[in-house]
Amino acid sequence: MSWKMWALKKSPWVFHVNTGACNNCDIEVLELLTPRFDVERFGIRLVGTPRHADALVVTGGVTRQAAPRLKEVYRQTPKPCVVFAIGACACSMGIFKEGYHMAGPVDKVIREEDPNAIILYIPGCPPKPEAMILGVVKALSLL
Amino acid sequence: MADVLAGLRESLGGRILATESRSPRQTYVSVSCSDIPDAARCLFERLGGRLATVTGLDERDGIELLYHFCFDAERIVLTVKTKVAKPDPRISSITPFLPGAEWIEREIHDLLGVRFDGHPRPERLILADDWPEGVYPLRKDGRP
Amino acid sequence: MSKTTLIPIGPFHPLQEEAEYFQLSVEGERVVDMDVRLSYNHRGIEKLSESMTFDQVPFLVERICGICSASHPLAYIQAVEDIAQVKVPERALYLRTLVNELERIHSHVLWVGLAGHFLGYNTVWMWAWKYREPILDLLEKTTGSRINYANAMIGGCRRDIANECWPLIQKAMDDLTGHMEMLTKAILDDPVLHARLKGVGVLKKEDAIRYCVTGPTARASGVPIDVRRDDPYAAYDRVEWKLITQETGDVFAKAVVRLLETFESIKIVKQCARDIPDGPIAVEVRDIPPGEAVGHVEAPRGETFHYVRSDGTNRPVRHKVRAPSYVNVPSFKASCIGATISDVAITIASVDPCYSCTERMAVIDKATRKRLYTGDDLVRLSEEKTRRMRKEAGL
Repeated sequence: MSWKMWALKKSPWVFHVNTGACNNCDIEVLELLTPRFDVERFGIRLVGTPRHADALVVTGGVTRQAAPRLKEVYRQTPKPCVVFAIGACACSMGIFKEGYHMAGPVDKVIREEDPNAIILYIPGCPPKPEAMILGVVKALSLL
Repeated sequence: MADVLAGLRESLGGRILATESRSPRQTYVSVSCSDIPDAARCLFERLGGRLATVTGLDERDGIELLYHFCFDAERIVLTVKTKVAKPDPRISSITPFLPGAEWIEREIHDLLGVRFDGHPRPERLILADDWPEGVYPLRKDGRP
Repeated sequence: MSKTTLIPIGPFHPLQEEAEYFQLSVEGERVVDMDVRLSYNHRGIEKLSESMTFDQVPFLVERICGICSASHPLAYIQAVEDIAQVKVPERALYLRTLVNELERIHSHVLWVGLAGHFLGYNTVWMWAWKYREPILDLLEKTTGSRINYANAMIGGCRRDIANECWPLIQKAMDDLTGHMEMLTKAILDDPVLHARLKGVGVLKKEDAIRYCVTGPTARASGVPIDVRRDDPYAAYDRVEWKLITQETGDVFAKAVVRLLETFESIKIVKQCARDIPDGPIAVEVRDIPPGEAVGHVEAPRGETFHYVRSDGTNRPVRHKVRAPSYVNVPSFKASCIGATISDVAITIASVDPCYSCTERMAVIDKATRKRLYTGDDLVRLSEEKTRRMRKEAGL
């Protein structure tokens, strides 16, 4: 395993992207920072720019307007990086599947940019913070 | 409700085409589309109503617009209905005297293709930059 | 010669950074104009409603916005119940009131946390969100989910509250009262916050009326409107509570309104827990006849307004959704013009826009297509101003 991957697994710095989510998942992601869940003790930090990120935490079924922006953010994130698709919308567009303004779930949009992208799915509507932590830990152990 | 309706009748007189009360707190008044600015001005400026929103509905022979005004003190919702004919549905904007209507009218333009003459900022609001012109998602047939 | 530049506000969500739509024009340090571009969150919900059956739509509208998750379905359901002339059982009315007030509490406490963050009081953020957790636990215990409660349905409520929950509700409210008193005192007694927030982002009463704003944004500007009082629904006319208004219309007033409303909500929840009658929680509704109706409720951010038209089939012909932020955010034009950049972050936050109810915000420099400041920068500017003021006050 490369040292970059080792660093990613030990202390992933994440950048949060909302591509048209209803905020449920976003608020639950933010709650991971608050004293009750406190993911900073695992070394997980939320950063303010994709250029410092190891992982992208993406919420929302990607709307047509947000799709190019999501690809741009992915481009700016240094590789290797992993993409967490959080929530039913990000995994599969969820209840908005038939919407006329949807570009596709996160994996479809990211794979248009990079067919070999590493994408990990944490389903739920919204996934509980415990589920997110479990998902992230499980995912990192697979890498 | 009676006071508000009386106030509206005083302003518009015979231009009110129909009145319907489906429940004690909700009334629907129909006018022709050229009378909408006067009706809105009366309800907003004279009678102190608050514009909640404007609903647009594609009825195939025209686009129906429903201007929902809430009268909080009187505890009622008065909706003024009108229909703008297709093709090229257009109506005077009420934004110049009712700034709260700016986004509401822009949204109806994006989704139903109604043009609001006199709108200070008739730019695209809701649809993506690359959404094709002339395709209105809330139209029943998708045609202009 | 003054130069007009566009400044990016970036999402005031502290962790977002995307090109958005909120365009601020600035001359020097002062804001002179504002426009927005909404489309990042547009999911075509109104069109989706037309392809769903009446009882499927609440699940859709719940997901319009996570923080107004109980308000949207209730407004829609009330519109449909009006069309079908449904008489909802008393117990269901109290259950709806209870869940909606718990939502208001968690939303206002969330806002307090975010406002604290924008001002640089990160401790306030952490404490507020810590005190919010028991409310979410309570919602999970009573409705089955921390968010997306799905408690209301056409005809009543989906689930009853188990008897062992009532003492838990009372205890949680008592605990929260203590915490909120501590937070309120800390915020309202801080002289630097007074200086920081008073006179900032003022929305004058006449502007509040012209922009048709609702909710705490209106009440903080002296416009005494609240759907719970003006068009009572659920059990709001059966419980006692006070309408909270302020006159100054600045960010401080909006904070006071939200803090004091939290106490009123706690009062309402306790009364519901005490007075809820026994009985059925729903009536069966088989068909929705042709007709149209509006349904509106007081969401934490203001009036949520839904219009539904039915033609007698099992799907709505038209379902119009108007979230409170849709009328509140444009008023930002009136409250922000003339403000300095360092006050912009907290002024936007004071309107408490729900991103998904409307959209997210950011600004791009028109001339160079570059961002002069990101959202984080604006939050940082706001924090710096607070630090400066604390230093000047000798704290």
